[in-house]
Amino acid sequence: MQELTADAAIELREIDKSFGSVHAVRGASLRVERGSITGIVGENGAGKSTLMSILYGLHLADAGEILVDGRPVEMASPRDAIGHGIGMVHQHFMLVDSFTVLENLILGAEGGALLAAGLASARGELARLSGEYGLAVDPDARVADLSVGEQQRVEILKVLLRGARILILDEPSAVLTPQETDRLLQILRLLRDRGVTVVLITHKLREILAVTDKVIVMRRGEVVAERRTAETGAEELAELMVGRKVRFDLDKAPARRGETMLAAWHLSLVDGRGVRLLDDISLEVRSGEIVGIAGVSGNGQTELLQVLSGIRPPTGGEMEVCRRKVDAAHPVDPAEMRDLGVAHVPEDRLRQGLVPAFLASETSILGYQDREPFCHNYLMDGPAVGKYCADLMERFDVRPRTPGLRSANFSGGNQQKLILAREMARNPKVLLVGQPTRGVDIGAIEFIRRELIKSRDAGCAVLVVSVELEEILSLADRILVMFGGRIVGEVAAGEADERTLGLMMAGARAA
Amino acid sequence: MSASRRPLPGWVEIGLLPLANIAMAFLLVGLIVAVIGVDPFHALKLLVLGALGSSESIGYTLYYATNFIFTGLAVAVAFHAGLFNIGGEGQAYIGGLGCGLAVLALDRYLPTLLVIPLAILASAAFGAAWAAIPAWMQAWRGSHIVITTIMFNFVASALMVYLMVNVLIAPGSMTPQSRGFTASAAVPSMQAALQWIGIAVAPSALNLSLLLALVACVGVWIFLWHTPWGYSLRTMGHNPEAALYAGTNLKRMTMLAMCLSGALAGGVAVNELLGVHHRLVLDFAAGYGFTGIAVALMGRGHPLGIVLAALLFGALQQGGAELNFEIPKITREMVVVIQGLVILFSGALVHLPRPWLQALFARKG
Repeated sequence: MQELTADAAIELREIDKSFGSVHAVRGASLRVERGSITGIVGENGAGKSTLMSILYGLHLADAGEILVDGRPVEMASPRDAIGHGIGMVHQHFMLVDSFTVLENLILGAEGGALLAAGLASARGELARLSGEYGLAVDPDARVADLSVGEQQRVEILKVLLRGARILILDEPSAVLTPQETDRLLQILRLLRDRGVTVVLITHKLREILAVTDKVIVMRRGEVVAERRTAETGAEELAELMVGRKVRFDLDKAPARRGETMLAAWHLSLVDGRGVRLLDDISLEVRSGEIVGIAGVSGNGQTELLQVLSGIRPPTGGEMEVCRRKVDAAHPVDPAEMRDLGVAHVPEDRLRQGLVPAFLASETSILGYQDREPFCHNYLMDGPAVGKYCADLMERFDVRPRTPGLRSANFSGGNQQKLILAREMARNPKVLLVGQPTRGVDIGAIEFIRRELIKSRDAGCAVLVVSVELEEILSLADRILVMFGGRIVGEVAAGEADERTLGLMMAGARAA
Repeated sequence: MSASRRPLPGWVEIGLLPLANIAMAFLLVGLIVAVIGVDPFHALKLLVLGALGSSESIGYTLYYATNFIFTGLAVAVAFHAGLFNIGGEGQAYIGGLGCGLAVLALDRYLPTLLVIPLAILASAAFGAAWAAIPAWMQAWRGSHIVITTIMFNFVASALMVYLMVNVLIAPGSMTPQSRGFTASAAVPSMQAALQWIGIAVAPSALNLSLLLALVACVGVWIFLWHTPWGYSLRTMGHNPEAALYAGTNLKRMTMLAMCLSGALAGGVAVNELLGVHHRLVLDFAAGYGFTGIAVALMGRGHPLGIVLAALLFGALQQGGAELNFEIPKITREMVVVIQGLVILFSGALVHLPRPWLQALFARKG
């Protein structure tokens, strides 16, 4: 049907954009047909987010033309974009946690000096939209109490409530479980069938193939290909994105398990309000194996990593890290953990793993700033740090190879590679990794996973926490499933399948 | 929105933008001055000559700048750690208490080469101690440092009045000040120092404390950007979670940053008490701590920028005093308004001229 009524909702012509010396988008042109789902895929740094930010008025293009419904328009700010019926759902939610759903929905469109009228009309609108698009949420629930999937629905509703007919979603499934993602895709289909135009930015080919009508592939700031989804496949798209053949299967040798490097017995963590965040966690990780922790995000994985890396002391139980005993009475701090040979790639790279305002070279020594060769006689050795960073960038293929560039100016995948490089470069005995490839492009995913396996084969004890089941399945030698702060099951990699793990993750079966 | 992200050339960012801010402030000042019936160009001339017209006025400008460098650095160090230290005023004041106590105890027994370093250390130590209490309350008890440092200014003021009136007052004196320090505790004036090397300048309040302030600038620069502690401190300021991840003890780092900040504020006491008053007096910190916030903001937290901003504020202070002397119609309050406008335009409205400059440099950029 779309082919027949192929008038463009959006057309971009020869868009060009540079940030300083970085040419982010080069003469990109594309058409998005009305009432269709168009996927935009590309590695991180390919320019897809920049291009969509230009469309949404967040950045001003250096050159080129934007047409909405066939008419050229000026997008100087998101206000203009909203005025033209374009709405964007960002990867990081823009919600006030302590407000109710309804209060969040009217934020910025309160409709008068008193809230009551705005709230009432929003409630009516919400009921209508929920019915029409199958976007059910409780209007009076506090956002903090909602699951991530529900919060995302609130974001989508917010955009629709502003009258958007064109919806841009930036990596919407980055924080969702497989089930939640399927639910999202269903919603997108329904939106399309109701006439909403959807632009989906993602690097997950499974979603592209499942839901889009058309795919646009970007590489190095250019639109390199456009395909009808029905006429393409994962291999072709991956190859177009990366510019070379990509292998999805990691042929890894069976693990050669050595001695126990990290062990925990009955660990628990209770916060100040008495909430049990971790409950009776026992596990061990031996050198030469990768243990994967699967689970829906928010089931204690974050806290487990904090405790294992020494950021938070456990409130009960004990653990042994490289032969050092740790319990509530004998806490360690992250600096001592590094001395013991524990490296930690944190889950949230922007908040923990690096300081966006710091130079890449400064980021490359975070946590090691007071060690040789970066620091002698209490003074830091700037040239040595720069050289070290350049070295890491070379080894881990971080682009651009500019130690003097601010960390914030690297794409997500390259930031992640830099952090991984920093943590792996010192040949740790234990490597804790949280969400190794969250928001990272295909080429980098392949690279990062291979590096993790290399590190395992070199005798490192690796613990990987990931909400991507596919990632756990492809990396781990043993899989532990977390639910509600407990470990609810253990499966050997060979015997695991997505269905059983998915059930355990949802708490359906306690092993 | 998009415009603010577009980078300007470095020299425009650091040099031209502040100048544009100052120019706008002066434009408004000129209007106000014209409204009260004074020729703004005449007033501007008096202001500039008053600040820079003779070696005496330059001396006073630099003397004020010395205080602003100390308090500007104090605010900047805390700010890099993500802490807003509004208490420079009180820390400078209590620094003066330490300075005075050290000198009063030692100046009759020890030579200059010992008394002055000890007095400087005492100023820094007392300033640091006064900052350490709010820092401790923030780090361990969760009280907000902005509130506590403001309150500690009042506590410092009340404490000093009590001590000066009841304890430290010179016997038989009618004014609340201590006995005069002996000559062994005097930081040489710049006039005297320059005379030793054969340069003659008019006498002014400027003394060698300026050199201490410049040394402090270099020290702060090295500390913040070339030591692992400075690195950790800046990490905490930008991103406390990353600092925690990196193994920094946030409580201890808060203490370190605030103590350093308070110690720097204590430098004001060295300039004022050892350099000028030569006795412990009331209210010598008069407003320097607060202006230091503006100096740090305008100097972008960088020692070099702080020196430049301190010079500007020193010139305004000195030129403003001259202006008030020459044209009584322009009252002291008026001079404060001028300072306030400069702070407003270079602080709160710092990005106002940015779009115009961006338009100007967009094509060349």
